[in-house]
Amino acid sequence: MSYGFTTAAYVVAAVLFILALGGLSNQESAKRAVWYGMVGMALAVIATLIGPGSGLWLLSVVLIGAGGIIGYYVAKRVQMTEMPQLVAAMHSLVGLAAVFVGFNAHFEQVRVLAMDESARKALEGFAAVLAKKTPIEHDILRVELFLGIFIGAVTFTGSVIAYGKLAGKVSSAAVKLPGGHALNAAAALVSALALVWYFQGGGLLPLVVMTLAALFIGWHLIMGIGGADMPVVVSMLNSYSGWAAAAIGFSLGNDLLIVVGALVGSSGAILSYIMCKAMNRSFISVILGGFGGASGPQMEMDGEMVPIDAEGVAALLNDADSIIIVPGYGMAVAQAQNAVSELTRKLREAGKNVRFGIHPVAGRLPGHMNVLLAEAKVPYDIVLEMDEINDDFPDTDVVIVIGSNDIVNPAAQEDPNSPIAGMPVLEVWKAKNVIVMKRGQGTGYSGIENPLFYKENTRMYYGDAKESLDRLLPLIE
Amino acid sequence: MKIGTPKEVHPGEARVAMTPESALQLQKLGHECVIEAGAGKAAGFSDAAYREAGVEVVRGAAALWKAADIVAKVRPPTETEAKRLRKGQTLISFFHPDQNEALLELCRDKGANVIAMDMVPRISRAQKMDALSSMANIAGYRAVIEAGNNFGRFFTGQVTAAGKVPPAKVLVVGAGVAGLAAIGTAVSLGAIVYAFDVRPEVAEQIESMGAEFVYLEFEDDQDGAETGGYAKPSSPEFLAKQLEKFREMAPEMDIVITTALIPGRPAPKLWTADMVEMMKPGSVIVDLAAERGGNCELTKPGEKIVTKNGVTVIGYTDFPSRMAAQSSTLYANNIRHMLADLTPNKDGQIVHDMEDDVIRSATVTYQGEITWPPPPLKVKAIATKKPAKAEAKEPTPEERRAQERAAFRAQTVRQVALLGVGGALLLAVGAVAPASFMQHFIVFVLSVFVGFQVIWNVSHSLHTPLMSVTNAISSIIILGALLQIGSSSWLVLLLAALSVFMAGINIFGGFLVTRRMLAMFQKS
Repeated sequence: MSYGFTTAAYVVAAVLFILALGGLSNQESAKRAVWYGMVGMALAVIATLIGPGSGLWLLSVVLIGAGGIIGYYVAKRVQMTEMPQLVAAMHSLVGLAAVFVGFNAHFEQVRVLAMDESARKALEGFAAVLAKKTPIEHDILRVELFLGIFIGAVTFTGSVIAYGKLAGKVSSAAVKLPGGHALNAAAALVSALALVWYFQGGGLLPLVVMTLAALFIGWHLIMGIGGADMPVVVSMLNSYSGWAAAAIGFSLGNDLLIVVGALVGSSGAILSYIMCKAMNRSFISVILGGFGGASGPQMEMDGEMVPIDAEGVAALLNDADSIIIVPGYGMAVAQAQNAVSELTRKLREAGKNVRFGIHPVAGRLPGHMNVLLAEAKVPYDIVLEMDEINDDFPDTDVVIVIGSNDIVNPAAQEDPNSPIAGMPVLEVWKAKNVIVMKRGQGTGYSGIENPLFYKENTRMYYGDAKESLDRLLPLIE
Repeated sequence: MKIGTPKEVHPGEARVAMTPESALQLQKLGHECVIEAGAGKAAGFSDAAYREAGVEVVRGAAALWKAADIVAKVRPPTETEAKRLRKGQTLISFFHPDQNEALLELCRDKGANVIAMDMVPRISRAQKMDALSSMANIAGYRAVIEAGNNFGRFFTGQVTAAGKVPPAKVLVVGAGVAGLAAIGTAVSLGAIVYAFDVRPEVAEQIESMGAEFVYLEFEDDQDGAETGGYAKPSSPEFLAKQLEKFREMAPEMDIVITTALIPGRPAPKLWTADMVEMMKPGSVIVDLAAERGGNCELTKPGEKIVTKNGVTVIGYTDFPSRMAAQSSTLYANNIRHMLADLTPNKDGQIVHDMEDDVIRSATVTYQGEITWPPPPLKVKAIATKKPAKAEAKEPTPEERRAQERAAFRAQTVRQVALLGVGGALLLAVGAVAPASFMQHFIVFVLSVFVGFQVIWNVSHSLHTPLMSVTNAISSIIILGALLQIGSSSWLVLLLAALSVFMAGINIFGGFLVTRRMLAMFQKS
């Protein structure tokens, strides 16, 4: 097929991809939009396979098919609570592919430049494109593939570590080598020097050095970030995988790669921004790890955590008319979403107004709680965002907080010295009664005291979230 | 441990310190319960009900005092009762150690440990066992009911076919627990309620209950909260001003409920005889401080009198006992919470922890020693007053418009600056880069722009599907690999093949898992 046909197919695919992302503005149109994405992808792949410049299409099809079988199997089997890991793992694949493609571009470039004029004429495909380039264009190509490999490598190790942390295979605590960010800066400097070296005609070696440095940065950067900041990390890696694709697109001169890379890159960037905003922290402080410095001693806690048993919780719920449930990562850990859904169903059957309040950073992935609740068949129209529900707490009889801590911490508003001061939180303490379901009396991941637990209208319902709910369910009328 | 409750011997006392409900809870703590036959009768709890709750019922007070390791009762023990105490036995009841020194010594001599429910400190942790507050709450409610019973008119104003009825005006003096309960009850009956307290910081609480706070035009640094939630005696000038205000209000008021108490002193005389004289015939005064002599000069403790000008002055001292079922329930719960704190391991073993602020304060005799008065609390009763926040001024419409205009201008400036810088950068790149690069670069910049516009509209609840779908489409990198796979170099071929394979996983995995997730979102 002609070059023109492939380009036309690319344009259609790009439009379909934009529609696929735009359709996610609501749940119903999203179901259609995902098909646009699939068709767009199929179109792009087929147009490339039958278009100019590709070879060995049979091998390609076989490989895609083999990958597809694995992908299909993973997609069917994965638990919704494991989504964060899955997303991180898939980012690492994109990152690694970007590294490989970048290296290939380098090899081809070297090969083509070494050829004489007549041999170049005979070239096909990518090599033919390379052959037509002027010296300046070759320089630009070097920068592009260098960038593509760098971002791809950072994405690869970063995603592998993020996957390990989310899957519990690597400790989720923030770990740093002695030297901390100085090491990262040094690795970045090495990469920059490698670029200069590469331009001086260093060949393959500077590329390899830079790749190793980038792999180190990705590993070390993410190791230094703790579990609760994972939503930012995952969306940041999402963004990186996009930029890597865009950079590769430049080096290959492929517009569709550029368009899609830019779309994905900006999508991840916006997600990271939203997550940071929701934690009232700057992107830099999240990436550098740890919480911002507290400006003074934290508020003293007085009072007592008052425990409550299942009968007590059931009595409160049976008397209540309006109930808001605030889930957090603890619900995902305990796999309690089905029990929560069952509780919701029972309470709604009793004519009570049950809703969910979701904080943007609840869980380990943007929107994680929504997916878990959807999986457990909680209707999405009663699952509300923080801004939609925050004003309703004073009129609410009972709030059930399941496995969340910092996102309902009143210290964010009341204590200017708190490390999370200024972070937007769900104002659950304004409700008449608050039931906190929690494993024990600890302070949770961030180690920040939560005055909510000591409030007079708060009752602590200790135990594993799922077991606690199972004990509670038969008591609900 | 065996927890026993005798029948109250004080004449007219109808309350009981254990209910079948609280007995069940006590048994959950690992204790056994025993009760004297007929102890709950006056409060409406039959012996059968206790038996059903697993409580042993014994005949006669002597047998009960003998059987129990811990005796829980309401009133302070009489001399006879105190003599029944034995070494190591624990007594939990109201005690008023400041008024009952002889009794205190008797208990000490007997070697009993006495926990006085009236000495429970007023800190938030101890609220669940603060029996004074639970009783005061009932007293406040009952005071309004008693007043209504003796008041010849409606509380609420009505316009009926037969004519107009003005609403009753109620003044509550002292906005402690009892006062606030009285305010709440009177407001819900429809009266117009005024309330006064020497602590200006309770004004907010009073207003939140729906009453009007009576302000004195008087600036004085009064801070009643420091002494543990009770009012301090006021300065003479303050007192004079207060009486003047009451005199001014007296002719207007239909019902006056006084609850002013100062710890360790007789009740202050706030409603003088001349104020009573100024009141309209048929008005009612309920004096909740009657036990301490009364806030009203004419109060006769324990009695109801009618003055010459037809004002009823109620000085009953047994309001909680008049609602024995309710007050027994709450008191028994207070006792139960106290025992829960004394039984930290829920194994029926009492741990009398004298390091614990609450238990230490409430204990008046312990192991043959008088431990009253208690040392000052480690925790302050009520948080010290915070400096008032500077109130944000409500902006006028002009100011708001000016603000909006300024914000709009700032936004425009920011946007133009951003565009300017971005444009300049683009031009700078364009000046040096070759045309083929610029072509791609323009595509890139436009795509970023489109991406930003599109992604902002994505619903928060769909962020996870967004990530997985962007993941799937970022496997577009497969195109690069497909273009390279035809290379004649085996290394390039290998790397490209691997890339195609990985991207293949991603494409299928990403799209399918997105579809699976989206299918789960269902409307109710």
